[in-house]
Amino acid sequence: MILASQVWTQIFWTSALAGGLLAGVPLMFTALGESISERAGVLNIGLEGMMLAGAYCGFLGAYYGNTQWIGYLAGIGAGILASLIMVVLCVWLGLDQIVVGIAITLAGEGITSVLYQTRFSTTEPRLGNVPSNPIPLLDRIPVLGKPINGQFPLFDQPLIVYLGLAFAAFLAWVFRRTHIGLNLRAAGEKPDALDAAGVSVVATRSYAVLATGALSGLGGAYLAIAGTGGFQPFLTQGQGFMAIVIAMLARGRPIAVVVFSLMFGIALSLSTLLQLAGINLAPEVVNMIPFAAVILALVAFARRAYLPPALALPYVRGAR
Amino acid sequence: MSMESAAGRGLAAPRPRSERTIRAQRALDILVRSIVPVLLALAAGAILLLALGRDPLSFYRNIWDGGVAAGSWQDSAIAMAPFLLIAAGLTLIFRANIWNLGYNGQFLLGAALVSGYAPSLVKDVPLWLAFTLLFLLSGAVAGAWTLLPAILKARFGTNEIITTLMMSFIGIDLASILIKGPFHDPSTPLPQTAVIPLNKMLPSIPGTRIHIGLLVAIAAILVVHYLLTRTSWGLRLQIMGANPRAARHFGISLARLTVVSFLASGFLVGLAACADIMGLWGYIRTGWNPAYGDLIIPFVFLARLNALAVVPFVAFFAVLYTGGDLAAQQANLPTDFLYILVGLILLFMTVIEYLGRKRALGASYLTPGLKQSLRSGLIRRRRAK
Repeated sequence: MILASQVWTQIFWTSALAGGLLAGVPLMFTALGESISERAGVLNIGLEGMMLAGAYCGFLGAYYGNTQWIGYLAGIGAGILASLIMVVLCVWLGLDQIVVGIAITLAGEGITSVLYQTRFSTTEPRLGNVPSNPIPLLDRIPVLGKPINGQFPLFDQPLIVYLGLAFAAFLAWVFRRTHIGLNLRAAGEKPDALDAAGVSVVATRSYAVLATGALSGLGGAYLAIAGTGGFQPFLTQGQGFMAIVIAMLARGRPIAVVVFSLMFGIALSLSTLLQLAGINLAPEVVNMIPFAAVILALVAFARRAYLPPALALPYVRGAR
Repeated sequence: MSMESAAGRGLAAPRPRSERTIRAQRALDILVRSIVPVLLALAAGAILLLALGRDPLSFYRNIWDGGVAAGSWQDSAIAMAPFLLIAAGLTLIFRANIWNLGYNGQFLLGAALVSGYAPSLVKDVPLWLAFTLLFLLSGAVAGAWTLLPAILKARFGTNEIITTLMMSFIGIDLASILIKGPFHDPSTPLPQTAVIPLNKMLPSIPGTRIHIGLLVAIAAILVVHYLLTRTSWGLRLQIMGANPRAARHFGISLARLTVVSFLASGFLVGLAACADIMGLWGYIRTGWNPAYGDLIIPFVFLARLNALAVVPFVAFFAVLYTGGDLAAQQANLPTDFLYILVGLILLFMTVIEYLGRKRALGASYLTPGLKQSLRSGLIRRRRAK
């Protein structure tokens, strides 16, 4: 095995972790969002469109506002706006979640592509580097602490990444220990029971969907601002759908979402990794790997992927 | 607006009406509810065009010029062939309340294999046999690509939306590998297959430029319509779509039916690929992904999953698609503008559907199971008030 010696270098592993984190963070935000709304019983197929809306507005915000934070806020705002469509049509009016989800994805793809190409197609502006904050001490670990290929070193990430990880832990606490978490789960597992307990199913689900929109918008914004440093049409390339798979496989547990996102992030950043390892694979083969990983994961854990029973069903009081 | 007046008339006229007027009323309702979303989407699209500083009137006129006027309707008819075949495949599977969203990968795999084998095949065997073999090959490959999601769904109930989408992404890359590798035309450095000579492609319908792929498509639509409305298999499919538990009580094998309907749906998508390659393009290049299915989906819903009703909608979309290319070029817009229009049609469709139901008008776009739950949702809301 000639390859083995090249694969097992430290630089390879540092790059795998750092690259995986860079590619995994947008997935993490979006999948955390999806796990909220899936818990509450709303299947959000429109994640791809929401991510793209967030990515484009995040790019606009960061470009004109000259700071990443305005970009993230703009991304969150765009995601919330896109998810409002879903709240009104699917949660309030009880229309088909899948049809509306497909519509949001299509419209999101179209609008961002048209707006970007009409305004920026000749200039294709790039965003500046995002400042990062090293973790004291940890960033001095040799090898792991050094930047590689312009990626952030593992312990020297932009602030938003730390906030995201903290948010995942917070969300785990909310799901497990608070009434909000209980209400959310009840809305997905047995909405009748939640209704009988005097909590509005519609309101619970509405907030869940809005949170999903905000998080997927943020995920898209991170992808544009820190991930690629600019926008391009169809930037997300199916990552919204991968986020749905991650939420399914993680069964709505935020910490598992983080782990799975990192794994899929590594799969997404494989092309650079394989170059580092001196392996030349056709780009198509590399592109396939994350999707093949999803299929393999589903085949292997098909029994264990879990979806709430009331998922994708509009809540109807007293229906049966 | 016309819808409200129609409903208003319906409410204001309690006297008994003949069956004929009721049927006419129903037909009108269905027509209104199918066409209004399209009109609303076009209007919203016009506002968007204005916001972008383009002239919507000339945009839509260019669509007419490029898609209907002066013989360009034949181009639209040519585009219809793959559209209709994909629509047939989607209608079939959506009736079963299963979501096959992997049509892009299925289509491209079929297209890659057809373009790869066609150049040698049309030389070696009689043309009619070559065409038959290519259609069957393309259909079989595309059908086979649905097998894994079908089995996962049938066996473990794994969400088929996810699996078909993932298989689609893999299929697109696999098609690209095939085109660059075994099917690459050695006479060109470009990543493409050998071009099939014009006289070896699907022949035209006499008197037109339209290739006979359109006839295959219409035949497929008729077959699907017959299957769904006149056979016990179609009935079983719809029972499964409406209520899987009831279907199990009737002794219907859900697993087998799921797999078979997936295969049939993939097969039809594969036929679409073969018709498009053998009738129009003659070769395939990497990076080519027309993603027809994404844009066809709304029209399948607008036609209320009725295979025959799909035809006029697909014809309308074919005009939009063919003329939209020219119009977008003239307006200096990317062709992705079509995605916005189609997304808007879907959104307006769901809204109109809701309003229509609220007015207690006729049938629904959605499968009966969903329709039932939606309908009772309305009852609840009324009682709450």
